[in-house]
Amino acid sequence: MEVILPFLIGILFTSSLYLILHRHFFKLILGLILFGLATNLFLFVIGRLTRGGSAIIPKTEDMAVEPFADPVPQALLLTAIVIGFGIQAFSIVLIKRVYQSFGTNDLDDMNTTDQIEEKE
Amino acid sequence: MRRKVLNVISYEKTRDTFTNEAFLMFLAILAGLLFAFAAPFLYRWLGRWVYVPMALLPFCIFLYLLSLAPAVLAGSPLGEVQKWAPSLGINLHFYLDGLSLLFALLITGFGTLIMVYAGGYLKGNSLLGRFYLYLTLFMTAMLGLVLSGNLISLFIFWELTSISSYLLIGFGHEQESSRNSALQALLVTGLGGLALMAGLILVGMAGETYTLSELLTRGDMVTSHALYLPALVLVLLGAFTKSAQFPFHFWLPNAMAAPTPVSAYLHSATMVKAGVYLLARLTPVMGGTEVWQYTLMIVGGITTLLGAWLALQHSDLKAILAYTTISALGLLVTMTGIGTAPALEAMLVFLLAHALYKGTLFLVAGNVDHATGTRDIKQLYGLARSIRPTAIAALLAGFSMAGVLPFFGFIGKELVYEAVLEESPLRWMLFAVSFFSGMVFVAVALLIGFRIFWGRSQLSTPLQHPDKALLYLPPVVLSLVGLLFGLLPGLLATPILRRAAQAMLGEEQVFELALWHGFNLVLGLSLLTIALGYVVYRFSGSLQSHANRFERLYLFGPDKLYQHAVKGLITGATKITATIQNGYLRNYIVTIVITHILLLALSLWKDGPALEMSYRLEQLSDIRLYELVLILLVIPALIFLFQSRSRLTSIAIMGIIGYSIALFYILFGAPDVAATQLLIETLTVVIFVLILHKLPAFQYLTHARERYKYVLVSIAFGAAMTYIILLVKQYPLDSPLKAYYGENSYLLGQGRNIVNVILVDFRALDTLGEIVVLAVAAVGIVAMLKLRMQKGGKP
Repeated sequence: MEVILPFLIGILFTSSLYLILHRHFFKLILGLILFGLATNLFLFVIGRLTRGGSAIIPKTEDMAVEPFADPVPQALLLTAIVIGFGIQAFSIVLIKRVYQSFGTNDLDDMNTTDQIEEKE
Repeated sequence: MRRKVLNVISYEKTRDTFTNEAFLMFLAILAGLLFAFAAPFLYRWLGRWVYVPMALLPFCIFLYLLSLAPAVLAGSPLGEVQKWAPSLGINLHFYLDGLSLLFALLITGFGTLIMVYAGGYLKGNSLLGRFYLYLTLFMTAMLGLVLSGNLISLFIFWELTSISSYLLIGFGHEQESSRNSALQALLVTGLGGLALMAGLILVGMAGETYTLSELLTRGDMVTSHALYLPALVLVLLGAFTKSAQFPFHFWLPNAMAAPTPVSAYLHSATMVKAGVYLLARLTPVMGGTEVWQYTLMIVGGITTLLGAWLALQHSDLKAILAYTTISALGLLVTMTGIGTAPALEAMLVFLLAHALYKGTLFLVAGNVDHATGTRDIKQLYGLARSIRPTAIAALLAGFSMAGVLPFFGFIGKELVYEAVLEESPLRWMLFAVSFFSGMVFVAVALLIGFRIFWGRSQLSTPLQHPDKALLYLPPVVLSLVGLLFGLLPGLLATPILRRAAQAMLGEEQVFELALWHGFNLVLGLSLLTIALGYVVYRFSGSLQSHANRFERLYLFGPDKLYQHAVKGLITGATKITATIQNGYLRNYIVTIVITHILLLALSLWKDGPALEMSYRLEQLSDIRLYELVLILLVIPALIFLFQSRSRLTSIAIMGIIGYSIALFYILFGAPDVAATQLLIETLTVVIFVLILHKLPAFQYLTHARERYKYVLVSIAFGAAMTYIILLVKQYPLDSPLKAYYGENSYLLGQGRNIVNVILVDFRALDTLGEIVVLAVAAVGIVAMLKLRMQKGGKP
């Protein structure tokens, strides 16, 4: 499993980046969500995998007994997932709003504020 | 060339400790700043009398410095340290020896006259208060510069003079030429200032101290250090830009856009001499080597010739004076470069003489301009009848500039000739340079000091107003001081110049200035200079009529180069910004991703560890069936996602992928993460479906060819991430955190679910931050949903 997962993550990153690079709003959101999933999995796998043995101390013990999963990446992941959700929700509503206000679904129509006039 | 041996200075009596009189030095600088910023208010309160308090300030500092003079002249420099950043060796350190005393007296003495003069010159100008602010700020900065005993504080005051000079040159800011000249002066001297900062830091590294009094004794240590050459180049860049040496001389004539009091004070007597001061100050530290000597002599020599030559081709009073100032500065740098005791003495005498007569002549030019409304010498004649006091001042200063007998300029010229005629391989070249500039000085002195006032003419240029006391008193006083110094050189100039020379040479100097040296070669040369100078003067008119022949040469001059550089900088910046910041989100992302991959490749290229795959193949057999099933679920889902043309289908597919990943978390011992993932995935799908009908339908927008480019970038990125994981997992995870939390989460946190204890106990503050982020996102979402369209149709 340790061999297969890195490739799965690579495929997820590839697909999500390709979606993000689209001009269409909707695909941008799909790409963002997928990118978040890939990043979370990336963190999880980097923090080593442990089959079974969750990070919970049995009732009979005062300390955790090996094998138990590393709790640190899990704590990080929980935070990341929740914040990722915040970003997703925000971007979905933002894009809906932009579509309503400007009537466009093309990111390329929204570059006017970033461009500077070339003099002469 | 004779290599000058620099004796180690022994300032045994240096009082670097706290003394009452030295503490006042700090107060003087502080008072300068206070007065500067009070000037606009004083102007509102006192009206045109504002010059009285403004002139009193430099006068009081002048008197105070005079009171310190006996101690300094007795041979003990004063010191005063205010701790600033002692751990870095940076202190507000004031240090007063002969050299700084000479400059400080010049700055405050001349400053007093200029403050009075400006009160008359700019009378009625509504911005007079602001003018005094800038001028006093400059004076304070200049005073701080010459009193600094620490390289870093010296640099800070140095920059302050550049900034106040910028403000003063641009004082007439309604005119575009003023603004451009001001910016040019700032850019040229500012760039030099940057070089100087780097240079001074290198000097500090070589000498292992930033304190001047310590550095002065470590000359050999600095000159033999590996950093000496770069430090020298950088310091010289700073000094040359400030003192308008070739090829940076072009900013000085343009700086004449400033009001005349500024030209007289900054661009003739004080600020442009800051570079010379720096060179003189650092002579014991960095001087004495061949590269120092030759660079200074060559650059100074070229500047001397160029300034003198260009001075003859102008008919604007201030332009002529500006070019002769450049010539004089070149001569000062040359003399510093020679570095022998007679040369340095001559440098100091000439510096003082030049400040006195050139300052006077600038003030005279200002008076003429003010009274007649023109500065063109072709339109000025017979002015002695109408503005006699100014004419007398001009005559006296002209005599000094020409080097005529009872004036201080004569002594300066004699000493310069004596010094350059000493035995050295460049002797005749140096003599030719100083002789040529001497000739031009005579011609210019005749032109300005004599012709426009006293020349034979039936008429005189009509006046707009008669001479005013505030305007003619300062030049008269200044020119009389020049005469007095010439008559009594032994009494007035010798003691301070001795100590100033000691600061540069390191040992006590015993020269005696005298007006009369007897009939010798140098006197003959002086007379010859005057005679030939008269010839040049006779032909100056025809030279000026040929002046426009040389205009094609100036197309390749440094001034044009500067203009091209500034223009190129602006258009170049516009082009680069337009390319980089093009407004396309995809391009930004592609740039980020490619940079990331390149940096990764770069760091792994040489000494990155190799990827080992052989033992991993065995792990393949370790895969359990249900894990395989999940992978086989995700990959077809992704394929479907790309093929789907329905928004609803793609949302459902996203759900499948999310749930599958949640199952991975369960399989590998992370039930909390899995629960959260399931919850979030469900919520996302719900939100999507809720507002799906308000989202745009699918469309193909990207061109096929572009798509291949993006596919390539995406694959490269995915491959890079895979590579990173595989590489990282080659090494054992060595973190004590897992064991720590495993041991302590129940004993310290009273919880059996370790992940939960981390979130709400060990790292509770981080969780609070997370909640804040969510709250902010929620506020943003609410705001966007509640936002109502305005009438214009835009939100």
